[in-house]
Amino acid sequence: MTTDDIRTAVLAALRRVAPEIDPVSLRTEVPIRDQVDLDSMDFLNFMVELHEAFGIDIPESAYKDVSTLDGCIAYVVANSPQAAKVKPGDR
Amino acid sequence: MPANDPGASGATEFRMPSLGADMQAGTVVTWLVKPGDHVKHGDVVAEIETEKGVFEVEIASGGIVDELIVAKGAKVPVGTVLARLRSDGAPPAEVGAAAKAPAAIVAPSPAAPTPAEPPTKPASVTPAAPAERPTIPAPVTPSGRVARASPLARKIAEAKGIDLTQMKGTGPNGAITKADVERAALQPEPLARAPAPEPSIRPPAPEPLARPTTPPGTEAIAAMRHAVAAAVSRSKREIPHYYLSADINLGPALQWLTTQNQSRAVTDRILPAAVLLKSVALALRKFLGLNGFWTDGAHHPAEAIHVGVAISLRGGGLIAPAIHDADRLSIDQLMRALSDLVRRARSGGLRGSEMTDATITVSNLGDEGAASVFGVIYPPQVALVGFGNIRERPWADNGMLGVRPAVTATLAADHRATDGHYGSQFLAEIDRLLQAPESL
Repeated sequence: MTTDDIRTAVLAALRRVAPEIDPVSLRTEVPIRDQVDLDSMDFLNFMVELHEAFGIDIPESAYKDVSTLDGCIAYVVANSPQAAKVKPGDR
Repeated sequence: MPANDPGASGATEFRMPSLGADMQAGTVVTWLVKPGDHVKHGDVVAEIETEKGVFEVEIASGGIVDELIVAKGAKVPVGTVLARLRSDGAPPAEVGAAAKAPAAIVAPSPAAPTPAEPPTKPASVTPAAPAERPTIPAPVTPSGRVARASPLARKIAEAKGIDLTQMKGTGPNGAITKADVERAALQPEPLARAPAPEPSIRPPAPEPLARPTTPPGTEAIAAMRHAVAAAVSRSKREIPHYYLSADINLGPALQWLTTQNQSRAVTDRILPAAVLLKSVALALRKFLGLNGFWTDGAHHPAEAIHVGVAISLRGGGLIAPAIHDADRLSIDQLMRALSDLVRRARSGGLRGSEMTDATITVSNLGDEGAASVFGVIYPPQVALVGFGNIRERPWADNGMLGVRPAVTATLAADHRATDGHYGSQFLAEIDRLLQAPESL
């Protein structure tokens, strides 16, 4: 799994929660909730979607690490068994 | 809700329900039963579309479906007889037999007295034998209107990759319904059972080359806006509101939640919203005066506590379906019910009873919301509890100034039913319960 694959899967997860998002205009370094209208239920559902996509259980204490798209990708790379094959050179 | 009286004849009528104070009429989107089918209390028998979406409507009384009076696709006023039933074992309906029967629909909202003739109307008014009565036909769809579709239809179309602009609807004003989309998904199967005119026998509708400038869904949003406008206008016209607010320290509740959630999978996590709902439901047990309705000039407190949850819909709109018996659910059950309710509110599948049964409404602005909300009571309910965002605030306690996560709880209540002193005690009870979250 490359980081591009992960990015695509994270965006797909977000889109299942917020179908109206435009992935192109989403800035990867800006908190998602500053760009997309997500209430706490939506955000929890996003966490559940990431759980189903990557087999990771993101604890509440790590929510601050996954506030941005970049943060989500980095968290998945570091924690997901599916993403374990990501190599630094993969892009 | 009124008990269902089977009546001496054993026959009952299933009427267009009022799925809220704002509903004047509804459209039968789909019949899920046919004559001869056995149904029992609580069975979903039809899908009804209102300005607020499509709802699965349950029946209150069991029996055998005798006759479907209103065809799918037809829009009829609240209270219109949609179908007749006879009791199990009874012969098919006889002349006038059904006219004495009580309305069979679950939970007619006390909000909206049905404009149709009362069930007790003399049989002589009912013309002809039920069996001979012509089925109310679906309206002919005006051609060219292709943008209207029910929320459920849109969702199914999206899932199945169907282009709604290429379809003609059989719903009100040509709206595309769930059934239409499902038929389209089955193409090239002929549209044999469609009550609406066959597209092929009509002159080809001029498909606009340029799409209207309004994006799809705009009309659905406008209809939703209209429904909300009707309800809040009635509320502010009829209900003398009083408002109270109280700041509540959520330190203990959030600490308890954090500990709980640490040991839980992400799929079992509990949100503060569930804790707040539970505190309201439990507090209502001691303050039933705020739980119930004001109808026919009198206060009718309810015993059962069905908490309506205000849910804002993506793209606009507001809906407040009920969580039944919220006070009797554990926090885990309540969280699951809330999650399920939000999901169905946004993607379809709400029950008619969920739209009619709420005895109070809770509006939770969430953690991105404003500090407090002084709500508009949903008639004929008598109270609305609001929660603003949860944020850290300076908190004076025991002569010390500290910082606590806190929420502003508000009460908008009907002054005809209760007074400010009573409401104050209710908010104080919510506060008291939230200080001992482990016993919620």
